[in-house]
Amino acid sequence: MKKHQGFSLAMMAGLSGYLVVGSPAPAHAMHIMEGFLPVGWAIFWWVVYLPFLVWGLRSLARITRQHPETKLLLALAGAFTFVLSALKIPSVTGSCSHPTGTGLGAVLFGPAVMSVLGGLVLLFQALLLAHGGLTTLGANGVSMAVIGPFMAYGIYRLVMHLSGRQSLAIFLAAALANLLTYVVTSAQLALAFPSATGGVLAAFAKFAGIFALTQIPLAISEGLLTVLVWNWLQTYNREELQVLNLIKQES
Amino acid sequence: MSQKSQGWNNGLLVVAVVVLAIAPLFLVRDAEFGGADGEAEAAIQEIDPNYQPWFSPLVEPASGEIESLLFALQAGLGTGVIGYVIGLYRGKRERQVMQNPSEFKDY
Repeated sequence: MKKHQGFSLAMMAGLSGYLVVGSPAPAHAMHIMEGFLPVGWAIFWWVVYLPFLVWGLRSLARITRQHPETKLLLALAGAFTFVLSALKIPSVTGSCSHPTGTGLGAVLFGPAVMSVLGGLVLLFQALLLAHGGLTTLGANGVSMAVIGPFMAYGIYRLVMHLSGRQSLAIFLAAALANLLTYVVTSAQLALAFPSATGGVLAAFAKFAGIFALTQIPLAISEGLLTVLVWNWLQTYNREELQVLNLIKQES
Repeated sequence: MSQKSQGWNNGLLVVAVVVLAIAPLFLVRDAEFGGADGEAEAAIQEIDPNYQPWFSPLVEPASGEIESLLFALQAGLGTGVIGYVIGLYRGKRERQVMQNPSEFKDY
């Protein structure tokens, strides 16, 4: 019970500090819209994304071949990303953005797999919802389906190594992956649209300064939801989680 | 068939998420809560007024309603899969416990 109290105190403190700093301002979160990256940058990010996509596909093929019983769990990780990126959640900055849901799969299967699962979600949204886009899918893929998951995996390993507290590790992995996804998006926009007066850095400050704030409560939400699903898996399917640990050691 | 979890309490997690989602609506009453895509467009136009998007989405949802239908569909499909998988695991686990209760003393 003590842990809960400390946790909720930390939440309150965090939220209050956050409210003092955050004031209503438009946010620039979510994916980069169709056609809003100059052609050169669009191609550049596609070129960066493709090798990870190939790596992800191979990793996916190997996992399903060697451990067919994990297919359901893969479906779960994909579905989790699907659900979370469909939820446009209001934030304290007075606009909406959505979580990414990539942390869970990255922690379960290793980060490479998420380049495929995250890419599928982005494709769905680009084709049907006019959300994100095909020309910008490379850039959005790099931020949401590559860098975010790799961050999640790294954070998870680090926190486990340092403290061995799994819930905390999962929470931080998912939350920080979410934040970093949008920091990368800001950087991508800043590189493509440097401000005339202050260059790339000023543009980055403009994009990131505003929506790092928007993303903070969403990142916390995503961390909590990921821990929730993890708890269910721990309760009902411990054997498979152990199989996954072996998979990650092989790769 | 509940078990004491080692980690954080599920109920509290759900409550915290709901609070985080609803709080902004009360804290920032004068905000529009629009999507952020449009605002990002505005910021780009501000930095580079001459920029023209060079490609437009192949299919635009015909209206806000259709768009929300598709988002609801996306969330619904995903939730269905998650519920199915977790339910299946839970069923498996319960069958195991029924068959040899001695092995699961720690639950």
